[in-house]
Amino acid sequence: MLNDVTFGQYYPAKSFVHNMDPRMKLLLVIAYIVAIFIANNFFGLLLVTFVLLFFILLARVPFGRVLRSIKMILFLIVFTAVLNLLFYTGGENDIVLAKWWIITISWQSIINTVFLAMRLLLLVLGTALLTLTTTPVALTDGIESLLKPLKYIKVPVHELALVMSIALRFIPTLMEETNRIVAAQKARGANFETGGIFRRAKAMIPVLIPLLVSAFRRAEDLGDAMDARCYSGAKGRTKYKKLTFTWRDLLGFLFFAALITGIVFLNIYLLGRFDIIWQVQEWFGA
Amino acid sequence: MQPSAAPAAEDAAPACEEAVRFENVKYTYDDEEGSFAVNGVSLCIRAGEFVAVLGRNGSGKSTLAKLINALLRPTEGKVTVFGMDTSDTKKAFAIRKCAGMVFQNPDNQTVASVVEDDVAFGPENIGVPREEIGRRIAAALNAVGMSEFRYATPSRLSGGQKQRIAIAGVLAILPKIMILDESAAMLDPKGRREVMEIVKKLNREQGMTVLLITHFMEEALQAQRAVVMHRGEVVMDGTPEQIFARADELETYNLTLPRAAYICKRLQQAGMPVENAFNAEELARKICASLQKG
Repeated sequence: MLNDVTFGQYYPAKSFVHNMDPRMKLLLVIAYIVAIFIANNFFGLLLVTFVLLFFILLARVPFGRVLRSIKMILFLIVFTAVLNLLFYTGGENDIVLAKWWIITISWQSIINTVFLAMRLLLLVLGTALLTLTTTPVALTDGIESLLKPLKYIKVPVHELALVMSIALRFIPTLMEETNRIVAAQKARGANFETGGIFRRAKAMIPVLIPLLVSAFRRAEDLGDAMDARCYSGAKGRTKYKKLTFTWRDLLGFLFFAALITGIVFLNIYLLGRFDIIWQVQEWFGA
Repeated sequence: MQPSAAPAAEDAAPACEEAVRFENVKYTYDDEEGSFAVNGVSLCIRAGEFVAVLGRNGSGKSTLAKLINALLRPTEGKVTVFGMDTSDTKKAFAIRKCAGMVFQNPDNQTVASVVEDDVAFGPENIGVPREEIGRRIAAALNAVGMSEFRYATPSRLSGGQKQRIAIAGVLAILPKIMILDESAAMLDPKGRREVMEIVKKLNREQGMTVLLITHFMEEALQAQRAVVMHRGEVVMDGTPEQIFARADELETYNLTLPRAAYICKRLQQAGMPVENAFNAEELARKICASLQKG
């Protein structure tokens, strides 16, 4: 029943994006998110969309794979879109199209809905591209390296990163164990497939408890094994893998710097989100 | 400091080029007055020796192993590793550097998601420079015959392969002693053979001191010396041949002979004049010899 859970969504390929330094990719994703949020008109978002498409092509990841990541938050997007559409009120300038009880639909709410849905979509697709082109281990290394300055305010960065990478490492092991326990419980007559959601959730308890117990035992073993291999925290520890910035990262950096500048320009010199309404009215002389 | 109570059955040679020395060691997991998991063990293991520690579950053999690399510290008595006292917390690091340990479950001792990162874990911990770590990974993986799996994911390997990676992880620290705590117990016969071959090779070619903790009598035959533990005490100590010649005594400790030795003994009991043999080949030869004579 858990066979179809593939961990992570890394798409192995050799590409410009795959070969970028995970730290730079993380920073660029942050820049990308910032770009999405400072863009206050459709032209800005369009520019971001072009950048995203360009990077998807560059990463040689099939569009279908990237689009699949929307599936998980489709509900969220639809939900917020509906709420926005029905309950958004901008002010006295609203051009109301329909009104019933506390529900108002105006041109502004329609535009706002589209705008926010686009924002969410871009957000998800961009971060999906990061996880599609970066292995979980590389991501952990990148995060550890980026958070290193926090060491000086006594944040145990190395320990947190280690915890994260061990968690990643144990996912397949625990998954295997879950399958084994499920099979064992089935052999004893447990039923996981029928019944309502509560019944099925309850049926999982005899799986979760042995899993938890064994996870604790594994943790103890692992602790001993780490001790035996001289682990004693970050102090005096060297690192075998070193992350290095390359020309790719420089190019990526310059590209995103240009993107942000472009969006700021569009914000300043082009119309705001709703001005399109007045523009259209002007054109049609309404 | 030394309690005068004499250990049960022990005649440790006083002067040896010692790798590990137990001096009347007692250990209890229970802080209150309870039974001792290790109860008055005195033992000396020479550098370069291949020692098998035999015993039933709960005989204290795993506790004995953990006392060596300071994962546990003796409740009473003293354990020294190349002269370093394990009770000295400051020396724990140096002791673990020199006494590496491979555990039973290969899944529970792998730290990283890539083989090379896992092997690098030990050297990283002791602060080996980067270039040197690369060389050590290559050498360690080569020693266990896993070079081609350097960039593989451990969770996709077989049990025997995982355990060889675990051995490589210990080798990369360059220890002088290798402790294997039931390291082959969870493996299939093929994996068990792979692990045993590597351990034997390390002992023979690199002069590695090996301490093999096991309840498989067959594995003990590979060793130069076998120590039998029972209820926290060392009850027998000698070459595997000497130990297995005392089958009746072994039985009182709930241990059975290796299969070939068992067959040999039954043949002798049935009146066939076969000399003592411990593995299948030897047994076949001895049976032939006795048949020719007869």
